[in-house]
Amino acid sequence: MRQHHFKRGGVARKSQFNKAGYGFSAPYYILFAVFILAPVVMAVALSFTNFNTIQAPKLVGFLNYINLITSDDVFMQYVLPNTVKYALIVGVGGYVLSFLLAWALANMTKVPRTIFALILYSPSMTTGVAMAVLWKIMFTGDQTGYLNSWLMDLGIINEPIIWLTNANYLLPIVIIIGLWSSMGVGFLSILAGLLNQDESLYEAAAIDGVKNRFQEMIYVTIPSMKPQMLFAAVMQIVGAFQNGQIASLLAGNPTPGYSAQLIVNHIEDYGFIRYEMGYAAAVSVVLLLIVQIFSKISQKLFGEREGR
Amino acid sequence: MAAYKGHRMNPDKFEKGQIKLYIFVIPLVLITGLPIIFILFHAFKPMEELFAFPPKFITTHPTLDNFRNLFKASRSAGIPLSKYVFNSLLITLVVVVSSIIISSGCAYALSKLKFRGRKTLFKINQLALMFVPVAVMIPRYLVVEKFGLVDTYWSQILPLIPLPVALFLLKQFIDEVPDELIEAAYMDGATELHIFAKIVIPLSRPALATAAILVFQQVWTNLEASNYYINDESLKTLAFYMNTLTGASSNTVSGQGIAAAASLLMFLPNLILFCILQRHVMNTMAHSGIK
Repeated sequence: MRQHHFKRGGVARKSQFNKAGYGFSAPYYILFAVFILAPVVMAVALSFTNFNTIQAPKLVGFLNYINLITSDDVFMQYVLPNTVKYALIVGVGGYVLSFLLAWALANMTKVPRTIFALILYSPSMTTGVAMAVLWKIMFTGDQTGYLNSWLMDLGIINEPIIWLTNANYLLPIVIIIGLWSSMGVGFLSILAGLLNQDESLYEAAAIDGVKNRFQEMIYVTIPSMKPQMLFAAVMQIVGAFQNGQIASLLAGNPTPGYSAQLIVNHIEDYGFIRYEMGYAAAVSVVLLLIVQIFSKISQKLFGEREGR
Repeated sequence: MAAYKGHRMNPDKFEKGQIKLYIFVIPLVLITGLPIIFILFHAFKPMEELFAFPPKFITTHPTLDNFRNLFKASRSAGIPLSKYVFNSLLITLVVVVSSIIISSGCAYALSKLKFRGRKTLFKINQLALMFVPVAVMIPRYLVVEKFGLVDTYWSQILPLIPLPVALFLLKQFIDEVPDELIEAAYMDGATELHIFAKIVIPLSRPALATAAILVFQQVWTNLEASNYYINDESLKTLAFYMNTLTGASSNTVSGQGIAAAASLLMFLPNLILFCILQRHVMNTMAHSGIK
């Protein structure tokens, strides 16, 4: 692409190889290596050891993984099924929902779109304290709780339900909260992608026989914004797993009857309550693998084929 | 003949066809928005309304009592509230500023400077988009401990500076800066630092704003550092203090009101910052795709 003919050798050389690149990228990648890469590598290393934080780690081979699969009843009976259910509904469901909402907003005029987008995004800013306080009050277990009071008014229930200690309701509640806060960065990315579509694509598609908005969405819109769809998918997966922590904020760890115990809570339980760091690390590795699998699937769906 | 003409996103005018969209969107916006509005109302409720039966959604007699109680509660604790506020402001400011400088410099290098390994470095960062911090909180703690950062401000600052999403968005945005501009500057004898400061930074303001918001959200509400890396109460943050208020004392009568006030105080800065910068965020997101 470069048509300029540079007279100064220095400039031409700089567009071939530029050492300054190392200087500019070093600060970020040093911190990245120490606080992101090293912990991941250490998690993998620790997962093959027995480590209680006081004595030095002892190598135990695959024992932690074997125990996880063969003798961790809580993991197999509750944590894994809960996590799969949560990931499917909040991850996949939330993703579809954010696409549909972004699409609807993109077809509205600017002012309502901006207001709606802000409201839909706002739960993503409600992390930690605000989130826990809000939902604790909503789901208060006696008749002063908002949900109980409304349901009793409507005559759906006669007696207040103790939501947060009831094993039947806790996981659905965590899933609802997960969905509520799933219009995050990915949602904004899809919305921006939709708003920057090439109009001529649509005219061409209409001539080629696209008959309605739905067909248009499937055959024109989605294929033309695959990169945004992929970015959004990755953000959705990570967000879903990260938000899983809400269960311990609402109901303590372990959650009553392990009813809403997700992998994230399981790691917390073994790492910071029982101090079985080696085992917790093995569970972390499993979580990282699950996230990888999900993102590989999204890459299959939305990745642009590269020349490799 | 195709009767369907194809339509445009981002219409200029309201048309009847859009009504369907409103019917779909408005209920979801209400469900999403009500809890947020609730946070606003709840913080200003007097004691009778906080415990009213049946519970009240709307505050009829707004009061600042909850905020007053919040300050009172902190006075009886060993550490004054101002110390937590100071810690949070200091940490947030240092992290946001240094993260923006470091990440944008790195993004400039990855986007515009040709050096061996830059593609690999970008790929690694892209993989790290999938990094779930909670999954590796234990080894992160061990790293912090190994470097002797426990009970220092550094442990609350350094781990939060590298944010893969921020670097990713910055790099994608800087890709749009025309190479011709940069080459012309080289011709005039500009150094890389000069080009970075005078050309790249001013042209990528939307992405800088977006990165700032994302980093801010991470730091302002971060509990991990105060919970696990800090034993010295006087070094902990506002987010941590607010969390203790909502945990232990939320069962007491004034605790509920204090918790409501605390959650509003933690949420509001995020909301205000996002409202101010939302245009920049949307502008940045247009280039967010993973190719």
